[in-house]
Amino acid sequence: MSNAIDALGSLWGPLLVLGQIGLFTLVLLISIAFLLLLDRKIWAGVMMRKGPNVVGPFGLLQSFADFGKFLLKEIVIPAGANKFVFIFAPIFTCTLAFAAWAAIPVAPGLEGGTSWVISDLNVGILYLFAISSLGVYGIIMGGWASNSKYPFLGALRSAAQMVSYEVSIGFVIITVILMVGSMNLSDIVNNQAGGLQNWHAFSFQNFPLVIVMFPMFVIFFISALAETNRPPFDLPEAESELVAGYQVEYGSTPYLLFMLGEYLNIVLMCAMMTILFLGGWHGPIALGPDIANALPPLLVSLSGLFWFMLKILFLFFLFAMVKAIVPRYRYDQLMRLGWKIFLPTSLAAVLVVAGYVTYFGVQA
Amino acid sequence: MALIAFGLIAAIVILSAVFVIAARNPVHSVLWLILTFCSAAGLFVLIGAEFLAMLLIVVYVGAVAVLFLFVVMMLDVDFVELKEGTLRYWPFALLVGLIFFGELALVWATSGQISAASFDPSPGGETNAEAIGAVMYTDYLLLFQMAGVILLVAMIGAIVLTLRHRPNVKRQNVGEQTGRRRADAFEMKDPAPGEGI
Repeated sequence: MSNAIDALGSLWGPLLVLGQIGLFTLVLLISIAFLLLLDRKIWAGVMMRKGPNVVGPFGLLQSFADFGKFLLKEIVIPAGANKFVFIFAPIFTCTLAFAAWAAIPVAPGLEGGTSWVISDLNVGILYLFAISSLGVYGIIMGGWASNSKYPFLGALRSAAQMVSYEVSIGFVIITVILMVGSMNLSDIVNNQAGGLQNWHAFSFQNFPLVIVMFPMFVIFFISALAETNRPPFDLPEAESELVAGYQVEYGSTPYLLFMLGEYLNIVLMCAMMTILFLGGWHGPIALGPDIANALPPLLVSLSGLFWFMLKILFLFFLFAMVKAIVPRYRYDQLMRLGWKIFLPTSLAAVLVVAGYVTYFGVQA
Repeated sequence: MALIAFGLIAAIVILSAVFVIAARNPVHSVLWLILTFCSAAGLFVLIGAEFLAMLLIVVYVGAVAVLFLFVVMMLDVDFVELKEGTLRYWPFALLVGLIFFGELALVWATSGQISAASFDPSPGGETNAEAIGAVMYTDYLLLFQMAGVILLVAMIGAIVLTLRHRPNVKRQNVGEQTGRRRADAFEMKDPAPGEGI
């Protein structure tokens, strides 16, 4: 192995990164296929239906069948559409959704202090925030380029909606940054080591803060629903009024890319919540340094990966349940919730956390 | 490697900036502007100022440009017609351009006298978010607060200018709505058969 590394010389670094990117993409694509099925199964279960159950055992291969069908259909571009922007919008959405995963640390590294991540950015959380704020362009471009009424209305709605909820997401992120004192995602995760009581959502170590941090977790969750255009905030694509919003004119592969981007963003939001509030790769019960050091490092890493994925799966389950249970908000209710309730609450929380950190300090 | 990356990104910045002006469709102009912002963020990353790069994307691309696009898409203005008379203003354009390039030349001529240390994105090994915060909230506190006050005034001004109270507009009072109980809305009657209420 080391000989091979020497032979490759300076090419080794870029090749390693390329390999990591390929692995991430592959794992994400396959997980999205099954998460999509899980989403539909949960939705069906709440409605006492069976859900997809024909393709493969228990309908397990349904997503792959859909995938093949999307690819084989003809791409129809409306006559009045702006061709380049029309095609570019779904590609942009999907690319951004993948790009955000470059900064997500999924498991502790084999050596102490490192983590399994493509790029361990100093400003990782800002990078994620920046990428998710770019996501709105895919929708606006798609809606505008279609040159049709419903998509345009859907695009305008979603632009206002996503910009509004980004504000409260930003403030919630600031509370976590204040507690950690770093914008590096690995630092944020490591700050929550030592079991359930240290996770930012609970933070019993800094006792009075739990009154602030748990509501912040809830606000982040609801804002994430709005940011990813999920029910009950799926007004951009409200099928009963706008048919399907910005994606009315899309079919075939471009539609597939939109949907892929949407689900990748949902899983990304779940990963962000896991990292910011639920301790990332740390399990709910701390093993203690003696046991952790005795275990082989690979086992520690893999168990970290297991916890990380389990937490994402739990949050995704919540996303799916919300979709099945909660009726859709009206547009003015959505704006009221974002600007009149979440914004003041999260702003007050930033003040409280900043004051606490300044005068009492944070016990990690 | 860094030089190639710089050349590539700088070329994209200049080209897309040219297209912002040259594009016939205003929506395309804004899209080119977004590419310019993103590439400029790339330049910041290249000199190691990743905090500024991310802020540029979050603030300008994520918020300001969205509003641009919003306005440009909603406006029903024929920009081609609007642009027709612009050639008349070329002396002003030339003057502004000359002043701008003069200033750039001044900066370039004096750049040797400014020490390289003052351009260090992370002086003393701290991350550049910490470095910026360390001076922004100490040496430049007053200026920083003044910038905040100016923004607040602008925001309140915009609200005051656009807020108008029209009569006969139906509004919802959410507190009133959720505070409604069954007793307020229902009245139980027991009508006799065949008589009605």
